[in-house]
Amino acid sequence: MYKIVRKEILNPVVKLMDIEAPRVAKSAKPGQFVIIRIYDKGERIPLTIADYDPEKGTVTIVFQEVGKSTKLLGTLNEGDYILDFVGPLGNFMEVPKEAKKILGVGGGVGIPALYPKLKALHQEGYRVEAILGGRSEEYVIFKKEMEAVCDKVYYATDDGTLGKKGFVTDVLKEVLENDKEIDYIITVGPVIMMKNVCKITKEYNIPTIVSMNPLMVDGTGMCGACRIEVGGDTKFVCMDGPIFDGHLVNFDLAMTRLNMFKKQEKVSLELYEQHHGGDHHGR
Amino acid sequence: MAVKDRVPMKEQDPKERRKNFNEVALGYTEEEAILEASRCIQCPKPTCVAGCPVHVRIPEFIKAITKREFEEAYKIIKSTNSLPAVCGRVCPQEEQCEKNCVLNKIGKPIAIGRLERFVADYALQNNIEEEVKPEKKNKKVAIIGGGPAGLTCAGDLLKMGYDVTIFEALHALGGVLTYGIPEFRLPKRIVEAEIERLKKLGAKVETNVVVGRTVTIDQLMEEEGFEAVFVGTGAGLPKLMDIPGKNLNGVYSANEFLTRINLMKAYKFPEYDTPIVVGKRVAVIGGGNVAMDAARSALRLDGVEEVTVVYRRSKEEMPARAEEIEHAIEEGIKFEFLANPIRINGTEDGWVKSMDVIRMELGEPDSSGRRRPIEIPGSEFTIEVDTVIMALGTSPNNLIPSTTKDVEIQKWGGIIADETGKTSKPGVFAGGDAVTGAATVILAMGAGKQAAKAIDEYLRDKK
Repeated sequence: MYKIVRKEILNPVVKLMDIEAPRVAKSAKPGQFVIIRIYDKGERIPLTIADYDPEKGTVTIVFQEVGKSTKLLGTLNEGDYILDFVGPLGNFMEVPKEAKKILGVGGGVGIPALYPKLKALHQEGYRVEAILGGRSEEYVIFKKEMEAVCDKVYYATDDGTLGKKGFVTDVLKEVLENDKEIDYIITVGPVIMMKNVCKITKEYNIPTIVSMNPLMVDGTGMCGACRIEVGGDTKFVCMDGPIFDGHLVNFDLAMTRLNMFKKQEKVSLELYEQHHGGDHHGR
Repeated sequence: MAVKDRVPMKEQDPKERRKNFNEVALGYTEEEAILEASRCIQCPKPTCVAGCPVHVRIPEFIKAITKREFEEAYKIIKSTNSLPAVCGRVCPQEEQCEKNCVLNKIGKPIAIGRLERFVADYALQNNIEEEVKPEKKNKKVAIIGGGPAGLTCAGDLLKMGYDVTIFEALHALGGVLTYGIPEFRLPKRIVEAEIERLKKLGAKVETNVVVGRTVTIDQLMEEEGFEAVFVGTGAGLPKLMDIPGKNLNGVYSANEFLTRINLMKAYKFPEYDTPIVVGKRVAVIGGGNVAMDAARSALRLDGVEEVTVVYRRSKEEMPARAEEIEHAIEEGIKFEFLANPIRINGTEDGWVKSMDVIRMELGEPDSSGRRRPIEIPGSEFTIEVDTVIMALGTSPNNLIPSTTKDVEIQKWGGIIADETGKTSKPGVFAGGDAVTGAATVILAMGAGKQAAKAIDEYLRDKK
């Protein structure tokens, strides 16, 4: 059992929790993730580690309420427990020593997943900038944290309530046009966003790493539920990733595979909402 | 004169059981067990014992059954076998103890597995416990992996008085007993009951620990005071057939399919949250026990009308247990022998639509002694399927060797260990599938037992 020691509501659909998990906190590195199972009939879901404190023994997760499991998690409070919390899993971010100026591109709930990576690079002395985006200002989370570890932060929102009106890719084009010093890019967000970011950075020939977030079961390499294609080879994201060379990832396949259980996910969510009065915030 | 035929065991009717996950084989009654036990001729030099990887004292426990001393029978079995309720159900006895039974010369061998199962179930139902009060040794041993090898090693070390902690990556112990072998062959309450007994013996358990990621063996030994480590991490990495379409929606590894069903109980969705998607027609590729388990599980899911096992050799070469193949046939599983998939075709939105298969013929025996399948040119045909499950075998994961100093591995990934389980790193022992590659539950248990003995010797010598 793993105790929720802090809960924060970041916006109508995104919540943050600090979970007491000393072994995970001690070993975590930027880029890694955990798998959680909330209760005995629950499923195992992967969540990126947004921050960790080895001294306090806590790990920070940030999740968007999209289905039954994340909604159920959202109903838990400080002092409650989740049943299983395993990690840190996956490979971790390694940036080539010769890189000097790094740009992070994050969207939605990908922003807190991008945060520990940029924080670590900032601490290592790299020059770090970021482009962050979301539907509107309240959906662009972790602004304060990001500003603290970045030399410069650009924003893009669909409705123009923060920064430029448009997508992060619109800002990305402008930034790359004006700043020729950027020599390494990290992007985390919805698959479609990472795909479009990689399309642009490929034109500029700038190495780009992505953090994939497929469906998973065990997270330890024993099943292949999370497999994607990278450079034509099949890779298991939980072992070989989640970090990959974005210019080699088959994003279309990744998007198709994310839809594998769409119908069942809907059934599960509807049943849950019938029994819990349907807490429809957000949409 | 011994009776030639063994006492039959009752089974669920195939028509009934093909749509439920309840256990197929129902077990002996007391009278049936006594009758079967009385067929044993009590050889003075029993050959059956040599066929058992953990050397259960077979004639002795069988004799106790004939005298209705079931508790005594249990104690005899348990003195060498930590998981008899499991072994009695899933061991390939026809290749082990029963193969060596002298009654094979005149008829059917003694049903040793069924009798072992009877005794173990009797003990579980009647709460018969072993009484073990070893002298505490105050030395910590870490067991990595809660499968059959690790559980057996832990059980033996606990009986010797060691302070044992089992580290398991998943949220439940049991390894393949929990996520791989389905409920209809091995009820999970049996596995749980055996694990509870280990905990009563004093086993400490840490689930959700992926050794190599959460903590390393070096850290366990250098920072947490473990003086010896047993690695029983199995061979869990699935092989996928490298053919076009292998990543389409609807293509599963057998490991994923069985984990969703057995560990996550996806067959009870939406009562349980983990989903599983299957179409009307399912193809299972492979001919081992895992293929049989996957095929028979698929048949039991709602909406599935037809399950076909596609195997590149003929029925005679199938590595699955004869009993499992028979059960599958009785339940209505179809077989496409001497056929090998060459391509999985998909719909426009990325789902499995059909599979192209080529006919095979058998050539000369290969290094495994089985006749090698060869493609017959021009014999391609297409089968309509919506779900494909690949059960082509598994190999060891390299997470532990790659994160532990000085543990050497074979080219194919197995950990190098001698017959006692000793690896190249002092204090680190290994056994089971992690060393041999995918094998059987009982061989893993034998290796766990052997390693416990070697660990005891190592820790006694160590000052």
